[in-house]
Amino acid sequence: MDPVIRIENISYAYPDAERPALDGVSLDILPGTFTAVLGSNGSGKSTLAKHLNAILTPAAGRVLVDGLDTADEQNLLPIRRRVGMVFQNPDNQIVANVVEDDVAFAPENLGVEPGEIRRRVDNALRQVGMYDFRLHAPHLLSGGQKQRVAIAGVLAMDPAVLVLDEPTAMLDPRGRREVVAAVEQLCRERGITVVLITHHMDEAVRADRIVVMDRGRIALEGAPRDIFSQGQALRALGLDVPDTAALIARLNAAGLDIDPGALTPEACAAAIKEALG
Amino acid sequence: MSRLEVKALTHVYSQGTPFEKTAVQDLDLTVESGGTVALIGHTGSGKSTLISHLNALLKPTSGTVLLDGEDIFASKAAIRSARFRVGVVFQYPEYQLFEQTVFADIAYGPKNLKLDSTEVDRRVRQAAAAVGLEESLFDQSPLELSGGQKRRTAIAGVLAMEPEFLVLDEPTAGLDPAGREELLEELFRWQAQRGAAILLVTHDMSIANRCQRLLVMAEGRLIMDGTPRAVFAQSEKLLSVGLDLPGAAHIAQLLRQAGLALPPSLYTVEELADAILSLRGKEGAPC
Amino acid sequence: MLKDITLGQYFPGDTPVHRLDPRTKLVLTLVYIVAIFLIGSWGGYALTAAALAAVTALAHIRPRALFRGLKPLVFIILFTAVLNLFFTPGEDYLFHWRFISVTYTGLKRAVAMVLRVMLLVSGTFLLTYTTSPLAITDGLERLLSPLKKLHVPVYELSLMMCIALRFIPTLIEETDRIMSAQKARGADLETGTLPERARALLPLLIPLFISSFRRADELALAMECRCYNGGQGRTRMKQLHMAGRDIAAFGCGALFVAAILILRRLGI
Repeated sequence: MDPVIRIENISYAYPDAERPALDGVSLDILPGTFTAVLGSNGSGKSTLAKHLNAILTPAAGRVLVDGLDTADEQNLLPIRRRVGMVFQNPDNQIVANVVEDDVAFAPENLGVEPGEIRRRVDNALRQVGMYDFRLHAPHLLSGGQKQRVAIAGVLAMDPAVLVLDEPTAMLDPRGRREVVAAVEQLCRERGITVVLITHHMDEAVRADRIVVMDRGRIALEGAPRDIFSQGQALRALGLDVPDTAALIARLNAAGLDIDPGALTPEACAAAIKEALG
Repeated sequence: MSRLEVKALTHVYSQGTPFEKTAVQDLDLTVESGGTVALIGHTGSGKSTLISHLNALLKPTSGTVLLDGEDIFASKAAIRSARFRVGVVFQYPEYQLFEQTVFADIAYGPKNLKLDSTEVDRRVRQAAAAVGLEESLFDQSPLELSGGQKRRTAIAGVLAMEPEFLVLDEPTAGLDPAGREELLEELFRWQAQRGAAILLVTHDMSIANRCQRLLVMAEGRLIMDGTPRAVFAQSEKLLSVGLDLPGAAHIAQLLRQAGLALPPSLYTVEELADAILSLRGKEGAPC
Repeated sequence: MLKDITLGQYFPGDTPVHRLDPRTKLVLTLVYIVAIFLIGSWGGYALTAAALAAVTALAHIRPRALFRGLKPLVFIILFTAVLNLFFTPGEDYLFHWRFISVTYTGLKRAVAMVLRVMLLVSGTFLLTYTTSPLAITDGLERLLSPLKKLHVPVYELSLMMCIALRFIPTLIEETDRIMSAQKARGADLETGTLPERARALLPLLIPLFISSFRRADELALAMECRCYNGGQGRTRMKQLHMAGRDIAAFGCGALFVAAILILRRLGI
């Protein structure tokens, strides 16, 4: 399968920075997959995200979205339409003071005809479970609801890839659950490619693949089962493992044989019960 | 030892309008200096309203707050004194930084206390050291700092007032795991050294379970108050008010539902692992 | 607390007045304002007041809400009244003492002036009470769209208004938050001399500015990511449609202006 985003050995440095924010990163994102990007503050994960839809362009190397080079100005709109981006602060990405008008913003910019915009807006709001709130004022919604509106606003562009840059950092546990569930569902049921940047380990366990960034480079990469069984390496990178992984590691060290891929609390409990027979 | 007492506190917003909302209802609470307390409850449970009363930012609709037996709302002087004795660090405190240098920003609180400059200087240095801010940063603009350093500058600004009670609302929000850990350790160390009390408002159970005492709020009331072990033992009650369990307690809960005979009140990975392994020993354990 | 301030004087409803196209309401409000300046007789004032009362009733707006809107203007109204009362030249003295004099013409003018201001303000309030800010922005954008040919960035202006409306509650909340945080550090915003108080506002204003810039920056980025590219080639999800009731409303407006002019001519 051809990757939907191909990152070829990119480097990038912010002006006046001591060291590059990205230093030779290569990565392929396959269509329909769920990738989580982990890393401590300043590891370059947000900078990487900003390269995926040409907010930043690499100083060296290149990024191709569906074969389109992000460095080419001509490709800007087609790339942004294909790769939707959701940011950390839900308040600062909502433009209009009625939910449905906000979701309509992107397709209106794209010059979609009115009937089709209506259809896309309703669809996008249903997909994130916010249809009943379409006439509400955004500032009266909870953080998780606002963030789901922001996701709907991006979905209305009909993108192939959804990039989320720490979308849950400012949310309470309930909001986090809502957003992660919505994102996971979009990937599994609608086939949307998801790239989730986060520093909540328990969100990353739901991904197909985890990329761990450190000082501008990819430090670790693999399936959650492989990444989270390397507790020491992760802690050295300023990260942690979810409680499920820590528990499995402990039990297996004591001689049980539990699948290290059982990383959601539900899967973990089921695997333990089975192991105890 | 100082005592902070909340007596029959009720706070109603927009009273007498159609938007009337009771945020805190008939709440009693006593906190003494020298302890660590976590306050948990989901958004809208009244936590923020409660803490805004502790340093007299909000006036109660009824009930009151006593500091060493004195009503903090009794006079302007009492209100002012409560502001300094009960330090409150709000969520994302870095957004309140405004001075031109880190030093000046940390000094803002002590200066409002009308302390002389040597004392201000001493307090600023001590507070900065407590949160691991190097003195080489003192002359920089707070806006040029990294996210973690900004957060520390803002917290140091409250520590420099040397409060006897320090209330922090989600102090680690948005930090990465290592940053979270470091800041918590610094805060607990500061608390132990000064013999002050820390009240941590948080959603994060892995932070809450490191305090000596846990308070749980729901719908404006205090519904649980006890050690983490006692509170996490009542997992059903926590879940019923929409709260998370710590990761290990959640797995334990699921295992119990699946029929495993695990003792209640397990909330660390180590305890849970040991409990599971001890089940393995007993063949024919009820599964 | 600042949060308690009710902003945007819009009272949602589903009355014939609410349902009118915002463009109709904007144009008719303009017509109404012009008509008020055409009033030339007491009958005209009576008719205008009656028309206003009728629309208010039709919109299910309580008269009290209209009067409440006038409250902040009491000073201006009184000021114009006093100005007219005492400084209108004339010979028909009602009252004369040294340099203070009140003439009959002056009294008439003062009363007329007060009525005019009150009718004018209540009328425009009725517009904002029955039309959401977004609909007003939308209506204005479309009414002004011919100006696009003159390179007036009509779309950008209306988007700016829309974003400003969207961020007012957010910024109020933010102000509240920063105020609490600085008070917790012992800031004293309530006492002191005026210069002291002005200085005490800096810890509030600087963070507010910084955070507004940060928000603006982030919002701009988010808008670009959603393919914002200026007003060109943009479509709209919601189309405005003039309906029968809009035609009827314009008819009523025309009749109203005609009546005012006739009354003025007849001097009733």
